[in-house]
Amino acid sequence: MDASIVLNHVSLAFDDKVVLKDVSFELLPGHTKVILGGSGSGKSTILKLILGLLKPDGGTITVNGKRVDTMSEQEMMAVRSDIGMVFQEGALFDSLSVEENVGYKLYEESSVPEAEAYRRVQEVLGFIGLEEYTERMPSELSGGQRRRVAIARAMAAKPGILLYDEATTGLDPITAMTVDEEMIKLRDLEGVTSIIVTHQLRDAFFVATHEAVRQNSHVEFTPADALKADEAEFIMLKDGVVCFEGNATELRVSKEPYIRQFLS
Amino acid sequence: MFDLLERWLKNGIFEVQEYVRLQAATIRGATSPPFYYRDIIIQLDAIGVGSLTVVLLTGFFTGAVLALQSGITLDQFGARPFVGRLVSASMLKELGPVLTGLMLAGRIGSGIAAELGSMVVTDQINALRALGTDPVRKLVVPRVVAGFVMAPILTIIADTVGILGGWMVAVFQLRVAPSVYWTSVIDGLYPNDAWMGIIKPFCLGYVIASIGCHVGLRTHGGTQGVGRATTSAVVAASVAVVAVDLVVTQLLITLLY
Repeated sequence: MDASIVLNHVSLAFDDKVVLKDVSFELLPGHTKVILGGSGSGKSTILKLILGLLKPDGGTITVNGKRVDTMSEQEMMAVRSDIGMVFQEGALFDSLSVEENVGYKLYEESSVPEAEAYRRVQEVLGFIGLEEYTERMPSELSGGQRRRVAIARAMAAKPGILLYDEATTGLDPITAMTVDEEMIKLRDLEGVTSIIVTHQLRDAFFVATHEAVRQNSHVEFTPADALKADEAEFIMLKDGVVCFEGNATELRVSKEPYIRQFLS
Repeated sequence: MFDLLERWLKNGIFEVQEYVRLQAATIRGATSPPFYYRDIIIQLDAIGVGSLTVVLLTGFFTGAVLALQSGITLDQFGARPFVGRLVSASMLKELGPVLTGLMLAGRIGSGIAAELGSMVVTDQINALRALGTDPVRKLVVPRVVAGFVMAPILTIIADTVGILGGWMVAVFQLRVAPSVYWTSVIDGLYPNDAWMGIIKPFCLGYVIASIGCHVGLRTHGGTQGVGRATTSAVVAASVAVVAVDLVVTQLLITLLY
């Protein structure tokens, strides 16, 4: 199986500050990569590099078999059509309603007929349980609702890859759990490949160790079996360098002092 | 001291380079698809209709005070009936375009910088790019097109109400007969003056909107940065209005007269 995303010896520095140094990993289709690390360790930068919002100083980045680190902004548009990103704090468009935000890509950047786009918007809003918020403006939503709308916006055009940048940071545990469940549903029921950047350990482990199963008309979240749990891999970044790569079990038993400190 | 000067010069050159690059991207975006027509209409309304009140008030009071001041001076030569000629020529050639430009610099230059700056610091610009939209085509082109199109229209409105303001002062305070005032106004209007009065606002509208976009898109440093960007946009656009006015006036005098 060809990897959806490959980072090969990627490095990046802003002036004298090294942000990423020799970062390499592969992500297979339908799998999840959880990137952990302290603030300023370069986690969000990796997502921006994959999306082509930043260019690396060295190394190569491949998305769906295409090398993106050398692509122009125009060429990147085609690659981005298969990627959705949930930004920190949501980054919803203030001047657009929930419906317009969620359907932005379908209404503005695709040839999908308006009626069909509207149907898809209603479908994804239903998926995240916010179908009655269509007409609201982002300023009228709570923090958790904004994140869920951001997820709906990212998934509306049915991308094969979803990137989550601190999607649960700053949320209360119950709302964070709802967002976690959306991520699991997308991965297990829609087959979405995902990268989750977070420093919320509880959320990271929950997503990595649970799976969504459709039971008649509703979805249940159960502990994942060993094979399924192996599809979620952790990466720990320390000062821009990968200091751990492995599954949830390996992370828990790691003896690395930084990881022990991070997990404690 | 030398380091400071070197850094200041480098920053200045870098800003100019980025501004020129943005202009190239804007021209490319305005001349090739995709076009965001809905955004252009929204901006025409926001920049044009939204600026109407301030332009009407500024134009009216400027014309009125011009008649008032020039009436006193013209009296010294017994030339009070020529007040209309002075008001129309001044409004059409210089005060209309420049004052409208300065009002727009304050209103739309700051508005554009604040709006785009907020979008930058809240990652909305990156979100646009992630959703496959070129921010220059979606945000910059509509604003620059609206500035370019609406500035001349607003200037014509400012000229008109300015001449009306002058008429009110001339008739009710300086006791000049209305027919004398209007004859004098028409006598003061030459086709070349009209060309100058209409060409300059195109340049000023473009410069104001493009500076607002440039400063807004280069915002950094959170909400404090948005405040700084807004102030910078107003200062830069206001200075640019006066400077561009000088350059374009010189150019048009060479070409038209």
